[in-house]
Amino acid sequence: MSTSPQKAYPVAVPTGSRTAVRANVFHGKPASSVTAFPSRPVAEVVVPKVALDAISLSYKTTSGERLLALDNISLEVKPGEFLCIVGPSGCGKSTLLHLIAGLNPQTSGKVLVDGSPVSGPGTDRILIFQELGLFPWLTVGGNIEFGMKMKNVPKAEREERAQYYLRLVHLSKFKDSYIHQLSGGMRQRVALARALATEPDVLLMDEPFAALDAQTRDLLHDELERLWAETGRTIIFVTHNVREAVRLGDRVLLMTFRPGRVKQEFLVNLSRPRHMEQADVARTAGDIMACLRSEINRSLEAEYADEKVG
Amino acid sequence: MKKLAKQIIFYSALLGVWALLAKLRIWPPYLFPPPWGVGHALWDGFADHSFWIGIAVTMKRMLIGYSLSVVLGMILGLAVSSNKFLEDTLGGLLVSLQSLPSICWIPLAVLWFGLTEKAILFVVLMGSLLSVTIAMEDGRKQMPKIYGMAGRNLGATGFRLFWSVLLPASLPFIVNGMKQGWAFAWRSLIQAEMIFLSLGLGQLLMMGRDLSDMSQVLAVMILIVILGYMVDGLIFRTMERRLQEKYGLTPA
Repeated sequence: MSTSPQKAYPVAVPTGSRTAVRANVFHGKPASSVTAFPSRPVAEVVVPKVALDAISLSYKTTSGERLLALDNISLEVKPGEFLCIVGPSGCGKSTLLHLIAGLNPQTSGKVLVDGSPVSGPGTDRILIFQELGLFPWLTVGGNIEFGMKMKNVPKAEREERAQYYLRLVHLSKFKDSYIHQLSGGMRQRVALARALATEPDVLLMDEPFAALDAQTRDLLHDELERLWAETGRTIIFVTHNVREAVRLGDRVLLMTFRPGRVKQEFLVNLSRPRHMEQADVARTAGDIMACLRSEINRSLEAEYADEKVG
Repeated sequence: MKKLAKQIIFYSALLGVWALLAKLRIWPPYLFPPPWGVGHALWDGFADHSFWIGIAVTMKRMLIGYSLSVVLGMILGLAVSSNKFLEDTLGGLLVSLQSLPSICWIPLAVLWFGLTEKAILFVVLMGSLLSVTIAMEDGRKQMPKIYGMAGRNLGATGFRLFWSVLLPASLPFIVNGMKQGWAFAWRSLIQAEMIFLSLGLGQLLMMGRDLSDMSQVLAVMILIVILGYMVDGLIFRTMERRLQEKYGLTPA
């Protein structure tokens, strides 16, 4: 695998070398951004890829009350980092991704990408929705080319790049299939390829594997880790599965239940590639789970107290 | 195959009962003609070309009036669904106007346009325009929000977002609206034709009445049912089924 900047799309997808270095093959970034696999403390001062500066979000419920969904969240994500966000359901973790994607405006605070504030959607940040949002009227190939089409990428290059990403997610044979003809795991991979094909710097993933069976999910974990290693993207991954977060992330962020705040941060210094069943993954997940459980209990107690008052 | 067999048995039984009742002569034949009498009327109608002309005239009006109402209905529906002010004002008016049977537009059409082709087309237009508009508006509202978000997320904006995402995403609803519009247009047209001397199927029906020719009345009614069903069942249902398959929706 080449570590030098390269513009062309290699015909073959490197698959054998899982332990390989993180080469930014497709972006033409300098070779200095190449880092060895285990997550590393970066000494020099880098502009964070994504920064949240005192983000709050509140909205009116149907009964007319104002509900504070996100409360004063500040957060920095380094370029090339794999950040996982966990929390009880309803803690606003999906909302946070929508804010970073620029699909919803926040009530106060700033979302910064590469140091400049975000004012709307941009193809430098692609969100993979929990329900995927693949377009049923397009073929798999059409879905993957969609983002490039919107960016007016010429047809020939579009097709070449689509081919490349199809191969990357092992779906070359399904280029002309429609979405409903695919299994859940395959759809998931189409969504991944569609997002990657627009070549975003930041990949936002909203519980993408929640609806899959364990085997498919494990397989996609491996693939995602490999893709991340090969493309050097920054990934922010939201899940309610702590073990999944530890298996994938360089760092795991724990959020509180309504209002959503950052409760605690865990650095995961485990060597890659990892597996769900690994003992150290399980142990780290256990630590985080203990913290999360107290959070869930607190939120439940708060709810019961509310009911007694009301 | 099993369904077809059931249908054959059902229609044979229906014809059998009809023939039997006619044979028993409970009612005089000029009020209750036998199936072969109606068959004869159908044969004669086609043989002297009057049914062919009736079908051609009616279908031509259908095509013009219906096309007009689909185009206008889509524009109106889009306008109403994308503007809150129009939705609250014009939207409500359209829904309330839909309670007006399309035959009620005939007096107005006759006074405005006289006993002309324009009057008939106007009635057809008013009969189906509202249902196309409302179906279009509903479609825009029912369309899953995720597609619009995904489109914006992937860099689609403005007209391209509409053309490449919102329009295809609402296509199943649009086809549904077109289907409803067709059904309304068909009813309105036959009604309007019954009022005017107009050469269409509706007039053939009235001619049967004027001549006290029950066989012709029934023959034209059968013709109207078959034509209406053919367009609805063959064209629109096929379109709907194809779309549902492609979009992965389970047929209702």
